[in-house]
Amino acid sequence: MALDSRVPKGPIKDKWTDYKNKINLVNPANKRHIDVIVVGTGLAGGSAAATLAELGYNVKAFAYQDSPRRAHSIAAQGGINAAKNYQGDGDSTYRLFYDTVKGGDYRSREANVYRLAEVSANIIDQCVAQGVPFARDYGGLLDNRSFGGVLVSRTFYAKGQTGQQLLLGAYSAMNRQIARGKIEMFNRHEMLDVVIVDGKARGIIARNLITGEIERHSAHAVVIASGGYGNVYFLSTNAMGSNATAAWKIHKKGAYFANPCYTQIHPTCIPRSGDYQSKLTLMSESLRNDGRIWVPKNMDDVLAIREGRKKPTDLSEDERDYYLERRYPAFGNLVPRDVASRAAKERCDAGYGVNATGEAVYLDFASAIQRYGKEQAKIHNISNPSAEKIYELGQKIVEAKYGNLFQMYEKIVDEDPYKTPMMIYPATHYTMGGVWVDYNLMTTIPGCYCIGEANFSDHGANRLGASALMQGLADGYFVLPYTIGDYLADDIRTGKISTATKEFDEAEKAVKDRIDFFINNKGTKSVDHFHKRLGKVMWDKVGMARNEKGLKEAMAEIKAIREEFWKEVKVPGNANELNPELEKAGRVADFLELGELFAKDALVREESCGGHFREESVELDGEQKGEAKRDDENFAFVSAWEYKGEPADAVLHKEQLEFKDIELKQRSYK
Amino acid sequence: MNLTLKIWRQKDSSAKGQMVDYKVTDISEHMSFLEMMDVLNEQLVNAGEEPVAFDHDCREGICGMCSLYINGEAHGPDRGVTTCQLHMRMFKDGDTITIEPWRAAAFPVIKDLIVDRTSFERIQQAGGFISVNTSGNTQDANAIPIAKEAADKAMDAATCIGCGACVASCKNSSAMLFVGAKVSQYALLPQGQVEATERVLNMVKQMDEEGFGNCTNTGACEVECPKGISLENIARMNREYLKAAFKG
Repeated sequence: MALDSRVPKGPIKDKWTDYKNKINLVNPANKRHIDVIVVGTGLAGGSAAATLAELGYNVKAFAYQDSPRRAHSIAAQGGINAAKNYQGDGDSTYRLFYDTVKGGDYRSREANVYRLAEVSANIIDQCVAQGVPFARDYGGLLDNRSFGGVLVSRTFYAKGQTGQQLLLGAYSAMNRQIARGKIEMFNRHEMLDVVIVDGKARGIIARNLITGEIERHSAHAVVIASGGYGNVYFLSTNAMGSNATAAWKIHKKGAYFANPCYTQIHPTCIPRSGDYQSKLTLMSESLRNDGRIWVPKNMDDVLAIREGRKKPTDLSEDERDYYLERRYPAFGNLVPRDVASRAAKERCDAGYGVNATGEAVYLDFASAIQRYGKEQAKIHNISNPSAEKIYELGQKIVEAKYGNLFQMYEKIVDEDPYKTPMMIYPATHYTMGGVWVDYNLMTTIPGCYCIGEANFSDHGANRLGASALMQGLADGYFVLPYTIGDYLADDIRTGKISTATKEFDEAEKAVKDRIDFFINNKGTKSVDHFHKRLGKVMWDKVGMARNEKGLKEAMAEIKAIREEFWKEVKVPGNANELNPELEKAGRVADFLELGELFAKDALVREESCGGHFREESVELDGEQKGEAKRDDENFAFVSAWEYKGEPADAVLHKEQLEFKDIELKQRSYK
Repeated sequence: MNLTLKIWRQKDSSAKGQMVDYKVTDISEHMSFLEMMDVLNEQLVNAGEEPVAFDHDCREGICGMCSLYINGEAHGPDRGVTTCQLHMRMFKDGDTITIEPWRAAAFPVIKDLIVDRTSFERIQQAGGFISVNTSGNTQDANAIPIAKEAADKAMDAATCIGCGACVASCKNSSAMLFVGAKVSQYALLPQGQVEATERVLNMVKQMDEEGFGNCTNTGACEVECPKGISLENIARMNREYLKAAFKG
C-alpha cells in the first residue's frame, strides 16, 4: 500500500483553514447515531472524548487507571507552548512552527506542525475558560517562561504541575459529558485488540481489570490515545502502567508504525541509585531556566567529590566546567534535550560524572538565588543587604517557581537542593515515534485514528520542551474532532455496529487464548525478570548512542529474550480476577516485539538526527566537530513499518519529507 | 534492613479479609516504599504465591493512584508525600510495618490493598466543571485579568490529586477537603462564578449520597494530605454553600 499523507494543497498558512472549509460534516441529528471509542484518557484522549461528546457523538472512553484523571499526562511538569506573543518578544505562529521543525531536526511533516502552531493559541484560551489556574503576574495577566531550543518566552505554566492542571481541565470537560450520558466511561479496562470489519476499525476487545471479563465494544471509529512506548526501556520517567499495547495491537492489524527509533532521553532526571529501582523521576526542563549545569574541570576534584573529601560547593567558579555554556554559547543551558543529554553523556563517559556510579552531573541554582536575591533587595528598597538576606530573598523566588520540584528531589535523594546542587542524569522520557497517521490523524486502518504521543507526526526526531502538552490538546480539542467528521459523514446510514459477528468472535478468541496461555504456562521466571533484561539491552545498545554492531546484537538478543519469555514466563493467579501480573505479561510481550523493531529502525537509519545518534555519523571537523551529522540526501523520510509476523521481517515504507517553507539547515545552537 | 510486614489480604470485594505476616530482607534505605513492595511481590511470584495487589502508577506523587494506610497513617509516617514518594529511610531495621487499604464505607475494598474510589468520580461529575464547549473562538486568555493572589490560591486548591487520604484519615470518613478544594478552585476564579450556586449544592448533595461523613474540624485530613491542601478550603466551601442555600 502506498502511503498517502493527504496533506491539502495550497500555501502552508492557508491549508488548515481551507481544508476545514471543504471538509464533510455530520449534521447534529446524525451525530447521535454515531459511536466513537477513545482508548486512553490523557490530554489527547481526554480532550478528544470531551469534544466529540460535546459535538453530539456517543463516546465510549477507556482507561486502565481507576479514573481518567490519573493518565500519565498528569505528571508533565514544566509547561505548554503557545504562540501568543504576550511577551512581545517576537513570537508568531511561523516562529513556533519553525522552532518545532528545527528542534525536531527536520524529520517531521511540515503541514502538521504548522497546524499545531496555528491552533496553539486557542488551547490557552480554552483552558483558561475551563478554569485552569495558570501562573499570572502581579497585573493579573498570564506569565510565561522559556524552554529549551527557542529564543522566546512562550511557555505557559501552572507551577511545576502544568500537565496536572491541563489534564484536570480535560477531565472536568469529560465529567460534564459523563454526567450528561454522552461519554460512557470504562475505568480499569484495558484494550487488548481492535476489531476490523470489512476493512474498517469497528470496535475493540477490552478486559475488565477487576473481574477479568473480556468485553466486546463496537463503534463507527476507534481513536487510540494510549501514549508512548518509553517503558520498552523498563526504566523510564513513564508511569509503571504506561504501555504500548493498544498501539501495538493496531500495528499488528495493519497500522504502520513510524520511526520507532526516535526516542527522547531527557537530560534532567534523578540518577539511578540501585538495581531495585522500578522507575526514574524527571526534574522539569524548566529548571534549566535558572539552573546551570556543570562538572568539575579537574579529575582530582571529581575523585575528591566521589570519595566525599570535597563538596561541590567547595569548588570555585574557575574549577567548574559549565560545559553547555562553553560548547553552546548562544543557547547555553537551554539547548534542546537531545543535545543536552548527549553532552552529559560525553562528560560522564570521559570520567567526570560526580556520583558513585559516574553517571551524574550538577544542576546548580546558586547563581540564580544570588541574582534573584539582589533583584528582590532592590525591589524592597533594602540597602546594603547582607549575604544571608540576599540568599533568603533569592531562595524565596526559586521556591515560588520550583518549590514542588525541589521538595520532590529532597524526598527522593535526601539532600537539600537549595544548599547543594542537584545531581541529574538523562533518562528515557518520551517517544517521538509512534503509529503512522495522515494529515487527518488516521492510521493506515480506515476508521482507526491515533492522537497524542501515540502517533508520530509532529515532533520529528526530537521534541521540544512543553510541546507534548500542546500536541496532545491540539489533537484532541481542535484537530481530530474536525477530521473524524469527514470520515464519519459516510456512516450516517450505517446504524449500530453489531458485536455478534465472526470478526468479534475471532478477535475475542485470540485475546482469550493468549490470556489462558499466560495463566497455564507456569514457567520459572517473573514478567519483570524479562522486562528488566529487555530494558538493559535497549539502554546499552539502543540508547543515547547507537552503532551498527550494537544494533545487530540488540536485535538478536531481544529475539532470544522473547523466545525465552514465551517458554518460561510465570504468571500467578487466575484470568477471572484482578491480576496485575497478567496485565504486565501482556504488555511486556508487546514490548518484546516493539523493542526489536525499534532496533531494526535504528539500524536502517544510518544518519544521526535528533534523539537518534549513530556513532558512525558525526561531523569530523569544523565548528560543529563531534556534533550529530544528518543526511538529508538519503534519509529525509519517515520510516513506516508494516507488520509481517516477526519484527525482523517488517517491511519498510517511506514517506518522503518535503520542506517547502523551511530551508533544511544543520541545526546549530552554538 | 530486615522488616516484618503485616498486610491486609482480601481475595475480592465479597471475601473476608485478614492480616498476613511477611518477611523482607536486605531492604535498602534508598528504596521507595513501593519499591520495597515490588521486592516482596517478586519474592512471592518466585515462590509461586499470589503477589499483593496495590494501586500505583506514576510513582512520582502526582497521579493519586497509590493509597496505602501505613502504621495507622495515610501515606505513612512522612509529611507532604504520597506512598510512592515515601522512602525506607523513614523506617529502622527490625521494624514491623502494618499496611492496610483506605478504610471508608464510601471506598469499598476491591482486592487486598486496592479500593474503589469511583464515589469521587461521581462527585466531580455532579458539578466539578465549568460548562464551556471547545470552540476555538473562546475569548482571549488575557481578556479577564485575575489577581495573582486569587490565581495562586486557586492553584493551591487545584493541586489536589484525588487520592483519598483525607477520607482515610478522617474519623468520620468525610470528603470535605476533597470537595472543598474543587469548589474553592472555581470559587476563586471569575470563570467559576456563573455556575457557583448549582455547583456547590450539587457536589455536596452527591458527597452526602455517597455516604461520606461530616466534618468535625479535627484537621487530620490537612495533616495527612500529601499536597498540603488547606482547611481554608472547607471553610470556603461552607461559605459558598451557605450563600447558595440562601439563593436556593
